[in-house]
Amino acid sequence: MSKNISYITLLQLTIISLSMVLSGCDGHENSATAQSTQLQGKLILTGSSTVAPLANEIAKRFEAQHPGVRIDVQTGGSSRGIADCKRGTADIGMASRALKPSESDLTAHTIAIDGVSIILHRDNPIKSLTDKQIQDIYTGQITNWAKLGGTHNPITVINKAQGRATLEVFLHHFKIKNQDIKPSVVVGENQQAIRTVASDPNAIGYVSIGTADYEASRGIPIRLLPIDGIEATVANVRDGVFPMSRPLNFVTHGDISALAASFIAFARSSQISDLVEAQYFVPIAQ
Amino acid sequence: MIVLLIMLLLIIEAIPALRTVGFKRFFTDPSWHPTGGAKTGTFNLTPILGGTLLVTAGAIFIAAPLGIASALFCQFYAPLKLGKLYRHLIELLAGIPSVVYGFWGLVVLAPLIGQWQPPGQSLLTAILILALMILPTVMLLSESTLRSAPQSYLHAANALGLSRWAIIRSAVLPTARGGIITAVLLATGRALGETMAVLMVAGNVVQMPDNLFAPVRTITANIALELGYAMDHHRSALFVTGLMLMVLIVILVGLAHWINKGHVHD
Repeated sequence: MSKNISYITLLQLTIISLSMVLSGCDGHENSATAQSTQLQGKLILTGSSTVAPLANEIAKRFEAQHPGVRIDVQTGGSSRGIADCKRGTADIGMASRALKPSESDLTAHTIAIDGVSIILHRDNPIKSLTDKQIQDIYTGQITNWAKLGGTHNPITVINKAQGRATLEVFLHHFKIKNQDIKPSVVVGENQQAIRTVASDPNAIGYVSIGTADYEASRGIPIRLLPIDGIEATVANVRDGVFPMSRPLNFVTHGDISALAASFIAFARSSQISDLVEAQYFVPIAQ
Repeated sequence: MIVLLIMLLLIIEAIPALRTVGFKRFFTDPSWHPTGGAKTGTFNLTPILGGTLLVTAGAIFIAAPLGIASALFCQFYAPLKLGKLYRHLIELLAGIPSVVYGFWGLVVLAPLIGQWQPPGQSLLTAILILALMILPTVMLLSESTLRSAPQSYLHAANALGLSRWAIIRSAVLPTARGGIITAVLLATGRALGETMAVLMVAGNVVQMPDNLFAPVRTITANIALELGYAMDHHRSALFVTGLMLMVLIVILVGLAHWINKGHVHD
């Protein structure tokens, strides 16, 4: 008798939990129900660690204006953003580079312009490096700061992991292959690179100008180096004279929902230019 | 049941790489640059596998003796209040999330080691952080085994006039042997699977380390760095590494069972 009762209880529990799970599944669809002007639903953005902080700030402002909307921002690298966008795992992919020819089935919506800068520790006496010197450092031909006029210390070379757009922009400009780089440390996100350079006076790395400027202004001991004599500043990126510039893109695949379209339009409007400038990127809206 | 499903998924996802790239190439290719596709990409897993094994072995080498000694101290040598406090502190250590350990390692430990010998993010840093993470596991599990040693043995040994260490050596450790070895094996399993902390402090360069201060990449860090964007054969190769890790863990668990055969109810 008790065995029958426990089976019934088990069945009841299963039914209740199944119904709870199934009712929760509704939220997964990107239901952009435009009831009057109210947008509802959830957006998932994944990809570049350069774009993510900016996307986060824009998302917060958008959520404040549309209380029914939830926007989820995750990092993982530009290649993850592109891959997730193609697979449909993310609604919008974030990429800190222009699209390649092999990605012609995707649409890029540029939300800001950024550059890639070489960074050193603030206490490093070197003030500038030529392109050739940087190539030699990264391919292991020069291994000591003394050869460049600095202190007698080995150079800690920081490279980014594969799949990061910042790496691809760097390799493209200095015409090096990833196979030829001899790194001392490989990092994933921009923050890891900055923390590593900031804690090692003999380190050299490269990150987004926006991220580097932002951290430097908050007291992190890093310095941005000029490339080809052109200072790595936001002004130079805006004027288009900085060599390693790249667009920050929201990438979508095929038709997008009204919610995603609305968010992208918001991100390209002048309503968030102050957010873009606060992160030391160049806004695209006039 | 779920474990079997996970194994099945791993095997299914790993088959494309095993079939097209071939098992031998995972150990004979010149380097790990898998994005070129099955033919032109290189898939050498040896440095990454070596990284995992070295980091785990180093961590166990440090954490196992320290953990067992801590457990002995806590159970047999410490005054009651001190022992309780010590155990609570270790339990706190066990509860700290691994990413916090990684962050602390990146910001504090790696620069310290970097001042001694650059670049700082290295095999040694990863070993130290991992040892710190698995020490509580070894200590707490060993301690619970020691506590369950039959009191009659202890009383008998005491009645024979043995010193404290002699009691421990002759009456407690033989009975606790199985439990302590299980504790160490469980800790090894945790060390094998640790991802975030190792990713932040190990340097992540794919190479076989030639000294303690060289950066390494482990299987787990490799999967975390690359799975997000990997396509086709690259993705499948990553599942092969996951399968290797799973096999290592299965071997460990099998070892634990074999050692404990018949000793569980002592």
